[in-house]
Amino acid sequence: MASMRRLRTRRPAPAVLFAALGDETRLALVARLAAGEAASITELTRHSRLTRQAITKHLRVLEQAGMVRCVRAGRESRFELDPRPLCEIEEYIQNVSREWDAALGRLKLFVEQ
Amino acid sequence: MVPDKIEKRIELKAPVARVWQALTNYREFGEWFRVALTEPFLVGATVRGNILHPGYEHVVFEAKIEKMIEEELFSWTWAHPKTMAKEHYKPDYTGEPRTLVEFRLQPTETGTLLTVTESGFDQLPDDRREQQYKGNEGGWAQQMTNIEVYLGEHA
Repeated sequence: MASMRRLRTRRPAPAVLFAALGDETRLALVARLAAGEAASITELTRHSRLTRQAITKHLRVLEQAGMVRCVRAGRESRFELDPRPLCEIEEYIQNVSREWDAALGRLKLFVEQ
Repeated sequence: MVPDKIEKRIELKAPVARVWQALTNYREFGEWFRVALTEPFLVGATVRGNILHPGYEHVVFEAKIEKMIEEELFSWTWAHPKTMAKEHYKPDYTGEPRTLVEFRLQPTETGTLLTVTESGFDQLPDDRREQQYKGNEGGWAQQMTNIEVYLGEHA
């Protein structure tokens, strides 16, 4: 079980990533961090109607999905985007896309024979 | 963000009625899709069967039939399992994100134009998705631009 958990933590499953992105606040946080610069919770809360606690909770979900990491800058924690899991989703969707190509190729043979 | 939709178009040299049958008759569907189905497709029903791809026989195909408009549209939603690796695979898809698969048929001079779309990879509500992914054809850079535009509009 431990090894399985390690595996999950290192490479979140597409479902985890989809779930992490399936929320407007988190999507907005990802978009904000996608600009490239790390931001503190204070900065991320400034343009939001949500409380600091709520923003922190959303950041933790993104962190668990491996999309955001926390970096220490002096006394402050700053959050930055890790684009790798998003690349993984793209890769995943490309795989699904290839499976459709194969299936439709078989359908073509099937109905044209 | 991530591409939200897969779209495929294929020209089939077979009449629409033939293609419709290959899609909606569960036995015929099972043959080309490679899944062992035992019950017919009915709107509202959930059909299950094991995948027949070598190496993936432990994986269950599970689809909830959404729409069947004769010779026009056949759609279902299905869940993507967390992992298909045999040692970690779980056949219970409860709570997993679901995507929508739509087959659209159009008659052509030589047969049928079949368009397949699979959407919902991001799990966003429809109205948001439409605004956010408007004109979304590009890759990552384009997706990020879209998000910026969306956020600008909703600030």
